[in-house]
Amino acid sequence: MKYSAWSLFKNALRHNRNWPEAWRKAEPKKHYDVVIVGGGGHGLATAYYLASEQGVRNVAVVEKGWIGGGNTGRNTTIVRSNYLWTEAALLYEKSMQLWESLSRELNYNVMFSQRGVYNLGHTLQDMRDIERRVNANRLNGIDAEVVMADEIAKGIPFINTSPDARYPILGASLQRRAGVARHDAVAWGFARAANALGVDIIEQCEVTGLDVDGGRITGLQSTRGAIGADRVGVVVAGNASVVAQMADLRLPIESHPLQAFVSEPLKPVLDTVVMSNAVHGYISQSDKGELVIGAGIDAYNGYGQRGSYPTIEHAMQAILELFPIFSRVRMLRLWGGIVDVCPDACPIISRTPVDGLYFNCGWGTGGFKATPGSGWVFAHTIAHDQPHALNAAFDLERFETGALIDEHGAAAVAH
Amino acid sequence: MLLIRCPWCGERAETEFSYGGEAGIKRPAAPDRLSDPEWADYLFMRRNPRGAHRELWNHAQGCRRWFSAERDTVSYRIARTWRLDEEDSG
Ligand SMILES: Cc1cc2nc3c(=O)[nH]c(=O)nc-3n(C[C@H](O)[C@H](O)[C@H](O)COP(=O)(O)OP(=O)(O)OC[C@H]3O[C@@H](n4cnc5c(N)ncnc54)[C@H](O)[C@@H]3O)c2cc1C
Ligand SMILES: [Zn+2]
Repeated sequence: MKYSAWSLFKNALRHNRNWPEAWRKAEPKKHYDVVIVGGGGHGLATAYYLASEQGVRNVAVVEKGWIGGGNTGRNTTIVRSNYLWTEAALLYEKSMQLWESLSRELNYNVMFSQRGVYNLGHTLQDMRDIERRVNANRLNGIDAEVVMADEIAKGIPFINTSPDARYPILGASLQRRAGVARHDAVAWGFARAANALGVDIIEQCEVTGLDVDGGRITGLQSTRGAIGADRVGVVVAGNASVVAQMADLRLPIESHPLQAFVSEPLKPVLDTVVMSNAVHGYISQSDKGELVIGAGIDAYNGYGQRGSYPTIEHAMQAILELFPIFSRVRMLRLWGGIVDVCPDACPIISRTPVDGLYFNCGWGTGGFKATPGSGWVFAHTIAHDQPHALNAAFDLERFETGALIDEHGAAAVAH
Repeated sequence: MLLIRCPWCGERAETEFSYGGEAGIKRPAAPDRLSDPEWADYLFMRRNPRGAHRELWNHAQGCRRWFSAERDTVSYRIARTWRLDEEDSG
């Protein structure tokens, strides 16, 4: 069924009782051409682009919980493409371009809102790094501006730009095309559109083993039985090392808790996104009116989907430093996700030493923005058994050759 | 807040410590004969287990000494901590 103003109207008249399921619940078949492990945004996008762009339709997505219940549904939804290095910038910019027409493409409102993202600078060195990154972005055809404190004060009414602040704001980079999107809608929209093209979405199905025969993948074991597959794409974010071990592979990944919080709903007060790596906090306001606030990772490895109190306190301090006006806002909920941190803060979208087995992981704290682009290049990689030009540099071999793409510190990489 | 037992100072709050990652990664004995994949394994590849993890901590805001811990990465429960020179008794 196509969603439209007409379908809304018709269903409203029937008291919204007859909406069909957005996607069909599927039983696992014996065999698929491609099985995608992990029903987050990236896995669902991969399945969608396999079916829509690569003509591979005998595809299943297997998810151990419910789709979008991992980092996709836990993230603070910042979308931007202003990365420093060309390889990263082009990959994230591909994604940005897909975002710009995604609601139409999927016939599903992903509420992509290009409200701009400010990355603040608090020191002379921050400002030099910002100028360098803005120039690099422009050379890659990505919109970017340097704005100074007076413009920030005009653009963000309640931010504290006083020179007497503990960490005074000197300026920022501003990407006006950046913004936020609705995380659940992204998972649901991709699932629905993939399902309409024949993809099976199989929830409550945990992968417990990978079947490898003579160096080639033949299928997998799951809590819902064995499933045969010619090719398997693994996109399980924080659980990447756990699944890799099932094929005796080692990854350069460590899993860390990353926390976020929302406040009680407020009237509109912040119509853009503000991030600061120096004080380590970032904030936007959701359409419901909640302030959405994110922290930095907890330092230790963890799979517990919750983090520690010192990290919460640290993030709150950062936000109050930037916005003293929020000092009496009450927080409503907090939660954690498990992020897959890679040594160079860049993803791995790659073939592996096992034929027919592909990994897409290492997005760490910042992969939501890449959801459509990641799915697009991963679908290409799986269908052609070789990377697209946009993800060729993001292979597993770079840790042997030393050709790392060092976004850590060099860019505003957090989230 | 984790309570971590420094082998020298006893139980202290998590904020006094800094994390040092996976324990037991040995510097290669003959670095000049190492292949690229072996270097990659030593430098970058990590066990990152879901469950028991042996790791290094530094009592950065205290005695500033390094020590080992075994911690569950799901419950975050610390089973035990021990000094680096006690490694074999672990
Ligand atoms: C608090 C927080 C804030 C963030 N903020 C931002 C942000 O502002 N902007 C941004 O760009 N990024 C952000 N991120 C990062 C972003 O959320 C992730 O990089 C991205 O969502 C990863 O998508 P994914 O589909 O790969 O992973 P997920 O959504 O985690 O999907 C992986 C799925 O795999 C499933 N799975 C795991 N193991 C198995 C198994 N054995 N069998 C079957 N299924 C399995 C999981 O249940 C899960 O649903 C944030 C993350 C967190 C936690
Ligand atoms: Zn001590």
